[in-house]
Amino acid sequence: MTQPVEHMEENKQLVNREVVIHIRDLYKSFGENRVLNGFNMKLHKGENLVVMGKSGSGKSVMIKCLVGLMQPDSGDITVMGKNILDLDRDSLDALRADIGFLFQGSALYDSMTVRENLEFPMRRHKEKLGQVTDTLPLVVEALENVGLAHTVDLMPEELSGGMKRRVALARTLILKPKIILYDEPTSGLDPITAKEIIELMRTVQSKYHTSSLIITHDVDCARVISEHMILLVDGINYAEGTYEELVQMTDPKVEAFFKK
Amino acid sequence: MITIPKGVKNFFVEIGEIAFFAGRFFKEAVKPPFEFKELLRQCYQMGNRSLVLVLVTGFIIGLVLTLQSRPTLIEFGAESWMPDMVGISIVRELGPVITALVCAGRIASGIGAELGSMRVTEQIDAMEVSGTNPFKYLVVTRILAATLMLPLLVIVGDSVALYGSALVENFKGNVSFQLYFNRVFDALAFGDLIPATIKSFFFGFAIGLIGCFKGYYSKKGTAGVGLAANSAVVFTSMLLFVIDFIAVFISDIFYEL
Repeated sequence: MTQPVEHMEENKQLVNREVVIHIRDLYKSFGENRVLNGFNMKLHKGENLVVMGKSGSGKSVMIKCLVGLMQPDSGDITVMGKNILDLDRDSLDALRADIGFLFQGSALYDSMTVRENLEFPMRRHKEKLGQVTDTLPLVVEALENVGLAHTVDLMPEELSGGMKRRVALARTLILKPKIILYDEPTSGLDPITAKEIIELMRTVQSKYHTSSLIITHDVDCARVISEHMILLVDGINYAEGTYEELVQMTDPKVEAFFKK
Repeated sequence: MITIPKGVKNFFVEIGEIAFFAGRFFKEAVKPPFEFKELLRQCYQMGNRSLVLVLVTGFIIGLVLTLQSRPTLIEFGAESWMPDMVGISIVRELGPVITALVCAGRIASGIGAELGSMRVTEQIDAMEVSGTNPFKYLVVTRILAATLMLPLLVIVGDSVALYGSALVENFKGNVSFQLYFNRVFDALAFGDLIPATIKSFFFGFAIGLIGCFKGYYSKKGTAGVGLAANSAVVFTSMLLFVIDFIAVFISDIFYEL
């Protein structure tokens, strides 16, 4: 069984901050294939935490367990003080209003315009928006944040890959979430567009003071954005630390991530 | 010990899953919030987009049935029974079954492909995360729309088929439209119309249910989407014949009573 390398001391700047997501001993198997094997994680308020791992290492499974899209076999997931595994559907939906999720392939609804895509999350969370009668200003504001206000009436098929990712980010921002989960935010994008998306993530973080959990295998993305990193290997948090700390480790499995 | 072949076992597992899926539909359909706007949109999409297909198919069935039956009826001197025969066979059996089969190809495959593609591209997950129940929004509305629209399409299909038949009789047998339709309506009773309409609701339900089931649980990848669309049509067509048999069997009991 894979044993974790010695963990670096917890980042002193983060220790005093409130924990918004706490995962303890998360296990998940698909038949004989054990994907998560006792994964642990803490995301602090305002932190940018990157979880890196190879394809198929269980990163996406972990993030889907976090928002209740998948049920883990065992373990605890606490989001903003609530154990999501104990919540009923209505309470889970209410909690989801505070969690934005940027999907790997953008996941824009094909049959809806950009405006309808952004309005969709507002249908069930009207109370969070207060007395809003006209949703267009909110949609335009969210699109302006990603520099795409002119796309409001376009269909997703009329957008490029990078634009789709930006619109998807605008959709996650529409409810002004406290936490944003990014599932491979730069995958499938050219290096320049990927850099633009990373820059946008940083802008969003500083403007909305969100806590971000970023799932990626893109080392450049991790280097630029992470305050703290976890390497997910064989279903466990194999190594943890800042980017600089991990780069200096001599463990072969850790080195494999950072080899050019 | 008898070992059940894997194919047979999988078939029964799938039947069980579809039954469970149908149970979930009934549970979610009566629980608020209700997605009326999406239901109306689906009714419009299914009704409007299938209309031309149903019109063309119904018209041709009416023409062909009359053209094929004419020589035999003439041979027996029963030419005047043509409106009765065509009317009863279209309203009782051919109209509902053929319209349902056409809609299985058009609606079930469309739903299977659409939901399958939404599953593969994580749009269903995105809906769930945004606080909307995707089962209620996507599945309940589509099954209800198919159930409500199919009887209407069957009525339209039956009407055009009878018109096609009347046209042949008018050209070939010099029978006026008024006389033709008078004979048709004289021959038809509520006992013909009611079972046909009731079974049309079940046909619509089956089309929506199987299309949604295959699409909603589509396997990953583009091949999965194709498979979902394809198997939705095959499975629905098979199920339509089973439902038809059961419906005819039950109506037959009532006729005897």
